[in-house]
Amino acid sequence: MKNLKINIVAILLLAVSFTNAQNKEKMNHGDMKMDHSKMKMQDAKAEAILTAYFNLKDALVADDESKAKELGASLEKSLSNFDVSKYTDAQKLELKDIIIDAKEHAEHISKSPIAHQREHFKVLSKDIIDMVAITSASNKLYEQYCPMYEKGSAWLSMNKEVRNPYYGSKMLKCGKVQREIN
Amino acid sequence: MKTVKIILLILLVAFVGIQFISTERNQSDIVQVTDFMLVNNVPNNIKNNLQVSCYDCHSNNTKYPWYNKIQPVAWFLEEHIKDGKKELNFNEWESLSNRRKASKLRSIIKQIESGEMPLNSYTLIHKDAKLSSEETNEIINFIAQLKDSL
Repeated sequence: MKNLKINIVAILLLAVSFTNAQNKEKMNHGDMKMDHSKMKMQDAKAEAILTAYFNLKDALVADDESKAKELGASLEKSLSNFDVSKYTDAQKLELKDIIIDAKEHAEHISKSPIAHQREHFKVLSKDIIDMVAITSASNKLYEQYCPMYEKGSAWLSMNKEVRNPYYGSKMLKCGKVQREIN
Repeated sequence: MKTVKIILLILLVAFVGIQFISTERNQSDIVQVTDFMLVNNVPNNIKNNLQVSCYDCHSNNTKYPWYNKIQPVAWFLEEHIKDGKKELNFNEWESLSNRRKASKLRSIIKQIESGEMPLNSYTLIHKDAKLSSEETNEIINFIAQLKDSL
């Protein structure tokens, strides 16, 4: 009698773990399918760079030097993780060049006072704009432009409203949308 | 009194000891075809200024002062030269893409304009490396022109 009980319990446990395993497998398959469809549409690593770039931009808009330092370092990291292998040879060459340049500016931003951070952000923005021209982005982006900063400087934003990263609170809304990138 | 003597003796031994640790010398006889001066048409006065004020740390060839052979000065210089060459090496100029050149030229202008370069610790000893405001302007104008022509 005792043995029977143990057997039943063991069988039940096995049954539970099998169904659980099957469920997991199903879930995994589901995830993989979703990933596949995403991969076709966009480059996840380029998206990570963009996210880090926008976070950095927001810190500069908020005049937050120490946060911009941190975010400069994390942008440098996502730039290092970029993978050019799925692009054409000509694109690879240009992307590598962009990444090396952008990394240097991100590194400087992670170590500099805010005036310097903004100078580097200007060149960094050009790099990122050129990168998006090759990788394209999943979201609609706005290229914005401030004619006052350093003889005219551009940057990218996810929002149409202008929030100026070069002047922050001093001239928050200075600038215009000069291009929409779909 | 005795302890002071012992400490001094230990310091002396340490000082003599570190003299035997060699550092890497930044010297080369090869003029690289990628050198900034070779590929760009640099006016002579600016050439001279760049050579004296920049090339010691931003090229593969340093004109070492005599005291460089004494430690720990040699270490200090070695680190400086390593950092300097990492940021910018004039000897390897032409190997950079236009994007990289533009970045470097921008930095050169900013650093000289703000007086961050040449370093104070460097011009303190190398009096001739200090740039007058006229020389500074000449260099900046030249570099800005070069940047626009990229």
